[in-house]
Amino acid sequence: MTNNTFWGYRRENGRVGIRNHVVILPLDDLSNSSCEAVANNIKGTLALPHHYGRLQFGEDLELHFRTLIGTGSNPNVAAVVVIGIEPGWTQRVVDGIAKTGKPVQGFSIEGNGDINTIAAASRVAKDYLQQASELRREECSLGELWVSHKCGESDTTSGIGSNPAVGNFVDKTDAMGVTNCFGETSEITGGEHLCKERAISPEIGEKWFATWKAYMDEVIEPNKTSDLSESQPTKGNIAGGLTTIEEKALGNLQKIGKTTKYIDVLTPAEEPVKGPGLYFMDTSSAAAECVTLQAAAGFVVHTFPTGQGNIIGNPIEPVIKLTANPKTVRTMGEHVDLDVSGILRREMNLDEAGDALLDIVVRTCNGRLTAAEALGHREFVMTKLYRSA
Amino acid sequence: MSSAPDFLVHEKEDSVGVIVVEEVSAGQELTGWVMDNDETISITALDDIPLGHKVALNDINNGDDVIKYGEHIGRAVADIGKGRHLHVHNVKTKKW
Repeated sequence: MTNNTFWGYRRENGRVGIRNHVVILPLDDLSNSSCEAVANNIKGTLALPHHYGRLQFGEDLELHFRTLIGTGSNPNVAAVVVIGIEPGWTQRVVDGIAKTGKPVQGFSIEGNGDINTIAAASRVAKDYLQQASELRREECSLGELWVSHKCGESDTTSGIGSNPAVGNFVDKTDAMGVTNCFGETSEITGGEHLCKERAISPEIGEKWFATWKAYMDEVIEPNKTSDLSESQPTKGNIAGGLTTIEEKALGNLQKIGKTTKYIDVLTPAEEPVKGPGLYFMDTSSAAAECVTLQAAAGFVVHTFPTGQGNIIGNPIEPVIKLTANPKTVRTMGEHVDLDVSGILRREMNLDEAGDALLDIVVRTCNGRLTAAEALGHREFVMTKLYRSA
Repeated sequence: MSSAPDFLVHEKEDSVGVIVVEEVSAGQELTGWVMDNDETISITALDDIPLGHKVALNDINNGDDVIKYGEHIGRAVADIGKGRHLHVHNVKTKKW
């Protein structure tokens, strides 16, 4: 079995990453093409195109900055080049990332044009990439690891096997001082009474319940046009045998294990500051949105139990897929990092499944590429709270 | 029981089991494992039921709560006989 260490990159602020990316980060939609050009010039850098960043305001704008700054600050990132249409907001992202102590520089396009911007940014990106290539992994304690969790295209085998395997992992690693995170606000509907009870204190339980209730009152109620059948649960969930949101939620909650209590409730992309333990983050239940927010909060590796075969990856944190569905293993095996379908045949128990998950998490931290990395899945999706001005 | 089960049941009070083999045909005798108390039970399927879908473990009346994980997962909107396929055609959410 795994020992209690892994090989990671220790960053300037003391946090430990498991990948060594040089990110070319667009402030806004207009800067995507320059960022992609820089990444094309400097092989091995990573552009993160996205759709937003113009005329946002209020809480939605704050979330935009928090997500971009958090993404650049993630310990899996060695250095960052930021490109924006204008210098003001570009510098705000640069200043936010610079607080980690890592190399970061911003470029703006107005007054320079794409071509000059791309040339100047490419020179800096090249230097950053060469510097990053000389960084070496060091042995780190598992207690320094931040792991996020989210399931997708769940079916009933998720509630029986792959989600409880994650729960077993959470119970085991919580005791080792690992920082774990779960989210998916809408998808706890039907299990909210159980989730509230899993808080470390009544106050944190109330904080969680208020977050869930606000989502129901402010997003679901004003916008729903039906009973959400085909959205929650999804068509894929239903094909896999999940009948209602309540059934899906009770399966989803298996991911937080049997004993671990969550110690705080985070806003989207908020970095946890209460030390090791399990955190809940207020997120969408859509896979790419959720994992993008968790990576922006500083989580460096992700476990993703699936039933019917969600194929998501993330450019910043490796996404490890596990499934207990033997048909998914057979038909979509190239997406599966860990097969726990033995649970359905009584060939594997949850303790063994949790150990196997811990083993593959540590191997991934040490450098093993996940199926999603090998297949090039880099879904980076910003959460938008409302229309821009 | 050591052989692979045809269906699993989370809690002993559940009114449904989950099919964990790829093919179940109407009339087939099924063996189930109750994970909660390690009991082995059997039931006759009255419908073809796909992998991952649910079988009713007892007669469920229209309007009754359906129980899985020891919790209610929705309401029956038709009478569902023991051994029948239980899904979106005869069970609806109580949320949203």
